[in-house]
Amino acid sequence: MHDKTLTELAAGLAAGEFSSRELTQSLLARIERLDGSLNSFITVTGEQALAAADAADAARARGEAGPLTGLPLALKDIFCTRGVKTSCGSRMLDTFTAPYDASVVERLAAAGAVSLGKTNMDEFAMGSSNENSFYGPVKNPWDLAAVPGGSSGGSAAAVAAGLVPAAMGTDTGGSIRQPAAFCGITGLKPTYGRVSRYGMIAYASSLDQAGPMARSAADCAQLLGAIAGHDLRDSTSVARGVPDYSEGLDAPLSGLKIGLPREYFGDGLSPEVEGAVREAIRVYESLGATVREVSLPHTHYAIPAYYVIAPAEASSNLSRFDGVRFGHRCEAPADLIDLYKRSRAEGFGEEVKRRILIGTHTLSEGFFDAYYKQAQKVRRLIRQDFLDAFEEVDVLMGPASPTPAFDLGANKDPVSMYLQDIYTIAVNLAGIPGISVPAGFAGGRPVGLQILGTHFAEAQLLNVAHQFQQATDWHLRRPALAEETA
Amino acid sequence: MALEHADVLRAAHLARLGLDESEAAHYLDDLGRILEMVDQLQGLDTEGVAPLAHPLDATQRLRADEVTETDQRDTFQRCAPAVENGLYLVPRVVE
Repeated sequence: MHDKTLTELAAGLAAGEFSSRELTQSLLARIERLDGSLNSFITVTGEQALAAADAADAARARGEAGPLTGLPLALKDIFCTRGVKTSCGSRMLDTFTAPYDASVVERLAAAGAVSLGKTNMDEFAMGSSNENSFYGPVKNPWDLAAVPGGSSGGSAAAVAAGLVPAAMGTDTGGSIRQPAAFCGITGLKPTYGRVSRYGMIAYASSLDQAGPMARSAADCAQLLGAIAGHDLRDSTSVARGVPDYSEGLDAPLSGLKIGLPREYFGDGLSPEVEGAVREAIRVYESLGATVREVSLPHTHYAIPAYYVIAPAEASSNLSRFDGVRFGHRCEAPADLIDLYKRSRAEGFGEEVKRRILIGTHTLSEGFFDAYYKQAQKVRRLIRQDFLDAFEEVDVLMGPASPTPAFDLGANKDPVSMYLQDIYTIAVNLAGIPGISVPAGFAGGRPVGLQILGTHFAEAQLLNVAHQFQQATDWHLRRPALAEETA
Repeated sequence: MALEHADVLRAAHLARLGLDESEAAHYLDDLGRILEMVDQLQGLDTEGVAPLAHPLDATQRLRADEVTETDQRDTFQRCAPAVENGLYLVPRVVE
């Protein structure tokens, strides 16, 4: 059961081949057996999962099952879950039990999905390798010496290893798409505002967006439909109808205009990754699409703009962790300032501190205009690049990451780590949706093809991704886990 | 714009982040390289470009001025490190 898609599992449940309880038990046992070497989960909520599975089976018996009823999944540990530890990968929240559910969690539960637990992540979603977690790094199921990507590394590894058929992630600069690429799964970052951020612990509020990570575009379509939509509790969520994302999956691609941003095929791109991506584009041509080169002239400025805007927003968002209302508190504080300073020094890890310091510095008196205001202006230019490109073509395609998954410990320098996100980060600044789909291998490690669309073009991206998955089988490849082959 | 040791200590104080001299020295190097990367922005002419704060140019929605939240103080204080009689406890601030 562990290597089936959500769609296949839903059919099995509907046909009575197995119950949600049996499915849940089987995956919980698999997590128990295999996650010791992967470290993809921070918390496994077995008891709650079995209770939810029983409720789903009962709903099905009453004839009240929906498309997600009884289907297991996992949640990145950034989503608040009532009564369950919600750590955000940080010592700061190691003892924090959320008093309420995030909207995403609430909606998935209402749809009958069964959460098996909370997945590992870079602390406060700051990282591209999952090495910044207080709970230790996650290993890539394709190669235990490799990182799974980040920050939603636990979610990606858990899906790739068949511990869950799907998981929720969040993406602020590539944190769904890059780990999806590194782990050989499908990951969708929706348009900013498409999914409510309520109850999702904030990193950079104008960039953060939740989305599904699964084995196929069709599964992502099913999940996006469940989590998308307006929410009064998030003033940035968009009041706009949610289409049936599964409806248009089978539409043919003849006449689709694909743009290849020339800046996404330049220096620093691994030849093997480029080869796999170009081969994928040939598949699209065989499906009737036309391909032309386009330019996103401000691509080079995306990482610098991001490393002003995201840390600035983070330094403000993370000021709520003060050792008073929730989270870690130091022992025997001398006074209030000592309480704040030591609680935060002890609770936050190195990368989080680095970004708080950068954000505080760039927002401080005398630096604001040169850094923050300039970055916001550049952000408009970057968004305009995409809007101009979408006047000429329907979708953009390129690699999700310049290399396949790198080795654990390979990027010691923060700036070289930041540069890994060159193809994903501008997408968050522009607020457009993007999806990464498996498109081959480089040195035995998966390669992701990234497909970008204009604001609210999720249905089109899912259609374009699904058609690729009807023509290829990269998304069906599974890693050989040592424990299984032994 | 070169970063000085004092800038790191100043940012740490503003962020209420405990940092001793040797830690500040450690961060100075990293932060200096990050700012050097970020300084590429200065080379771009943005004359006449309006800053973009939100990718969708959205406006705030208004709602009726009605009480919609119930009192959940006890629930929310359960995750606090120290509370008493519904109050958060901190070291004495006024004598």
